Amino acid sequence: MSEYILGIETSCDETAAAIVKDGRDIVANVVASQIDSHRRFGGVVPEIASRHHVEQITVVLEETFQQAGITIEDIDAIAVTEGPGLVGALLVGVNAAKGLAFAHHKPLIGVHHIAGHIYANRLEKEFRFPLLALVVSGGHTELILMREHGDFDIIGETRDDAAGEAYDKVARTLSLPYPGGPQIDQLATEGEANIDFPRAWLEEDSFDFSFSGLKSAVINTLHNAKQKGQTLESKDVAASFQASVVEVLTEKTFKAATQYQVKQVIVAGGVAANKGLRQSMIAKFKQAPAIDLLFPPLSLCTDNAAMIAAAGSIAYQQGHRAGLDLNANPSFSLERYAKRP
Amino acid sequence: MNVLAIDTSNQVLGVAASKAGVIQAEQIINIKRNHSIGLMPAIEHVLKESNMEVNQLDRIAVAKGPGSYTGVRIGLATAKTMAWSLDIPIVAVSSLELLAHNTREKELAISPFFDARRGLVYTGLYQLQSDGMHVLQPDQNIDMKQWLEQLKEEQRPVLFLSQDLAIHEDSIHHVLGELAMAAPSIDHLPRPGILALLGGQSEETEVHALTPNYIRLVEAEANWLKEQKQHGSN
Ligand SMILES: [Zn+2]
Repeated sequence: MSEYILGIETSCDETAAAIVKDGRDIVANVVASQIDSHRRFGGVVPEIASRHHVEQITVVLEETFQQAGITIEDIDAIAVTEGPGLVGALLVGVNAAKGLAFAHHKPLIGVHHIAGHIYANRLEKEFRFPLLALVVSGGHTELILMREHGDFDIIGETRDDAAGEAYDKVARTLSLPYPGGPQIDQLATEGEANIDFPRAWLEEDSFDFSFSGLKSAVINTLHNAKQKGQTLESKDVAASFQASVVEVLTEKTFKAATQYQVKQVIVAGGVAANKGLRQSMIAKFKQAPAIDLLFPPLSLCTDNAAMIAAAGSIAYQQGHRAGLDLNANPSFSLERYAKRP
Repeated sequence: MNVLAIDTSNQVLGVAASKAGVIQAEQIINIKRNHSIGLMPAIEHVLKESNMEVNQLDRIAVAKGPGSYTGVRIGLATAKTMAWSLDIPIVAVSSLELLAHNTREKELAISPFFDARRGLVYTGLYQLQSDGMHVLQPDQNIDMKQWLEQLKEEQRPVLFLSQDLAIHEDSIHHVLGELAMAAPSIDHLPRPGILALLGGQSEETEVHALTPNYIRLVEAEANWLKEQKQHGSN
């Protein structure tokens, strides 16, 4: 008998539902993006995101079941993003999931959003442990060591801005349209990394990151050039900024991968779609051919519910169940998720 | 007809079940708590006490606001997914109209309200007639003093229903004097049992299209629209 998990994800600005078979096969995957609603504000407005979720949730669920060609009675468990994320946005998914679980007597599973991003890769290839995941997105920059399924050990994280956040801020400074990350990535391919921006290596043995100094350096450089009446090419600024971010991410990931002797390295999260990062990682890991380097397909890098169902499948197998009093958990830590009863 | 009623639109967490127009069980928690934690256990409890299985439900009634944005969404997200997945009709009732039904006083103007901070309230004007509740003034978000001045012009007695009465009591009496009527304190509490009964009679809504009645635009959106207008007129 196959196992079918329904996943629901509403932590930010995508209303998403998906059905995953046996933890690895996508049967249906529906994402209603709100990006057009938020673009005019230059970022996600939480209240607007929450309003869209409550409008979209049953529409997205219906489309998911239509795509899958199965009914809710065929579902083994319902997995939903419990956190972290925007509280008002998370609440829509959590309460919808509880409504379904109660109405159809199905087990309910709360999933950590970052665990979801990591497990997006299992929809492509089976995991081999120990495994190192670099999670990079608008809200996260973390190096996570996994010794087995469901085990998450954060060995490095950002001390200030997330990488994606730095991308968005630099993009805004360069007056690029929202969302800024892909815009910078595109511009960087056209420009030359001829400005020497700082690299924050931090302490010798640390796998932590810091991007606020780099962000300030970019803003200051642009400001100073303007005062001197010089104009810097946006594409060169983008290329130089991206070179700094990508070098630090690549070097730290490579060092951690060799130190912990991992079998696989996974790059996950929205910034995993970045072409500059992909190229740099692939080039660096040629030095360690025994390590299997994985990137999720582009469609699974950004927020989706297939990744929540994939992570939910493992949690289901491991016996984790949430009660009907499950709440949204906007600052849910991955460590607490790993250690939950 | 078996109806499940859900109201999380304001401070009260209310869940009720009715069968053939009779309230079977009703749970009201009138303490500021987290509705997201409490709602589903309350639904489970009320159905169990009503000897009702979830698949025996014929309808779900939900209070659609105005009220707390987050609270209304918790109720609607729950009610919509349950109704959609059980393939039963959903009925949405104004949270203010629900409160207005707490009085049986016919032919009297009723102003149910929820405090909306900074002197504002959510309110509307209702009147119970022999054929049911009538809306004299639609639900709105308005400065309480302005609302009271409007009511005063009509020179008719108004019954106020609100758990937030104490916040606005002075201005009500100051503006309306003798025209302001006070309901017994028990009538200020929104009742999910009444929502269940209304749910049995009212017209159903298309589930996908059902949205909360926030009344207010999101601030960022309101500012954006204002800017667009300014640009347009230049
Ligand atoms: Zn994400």
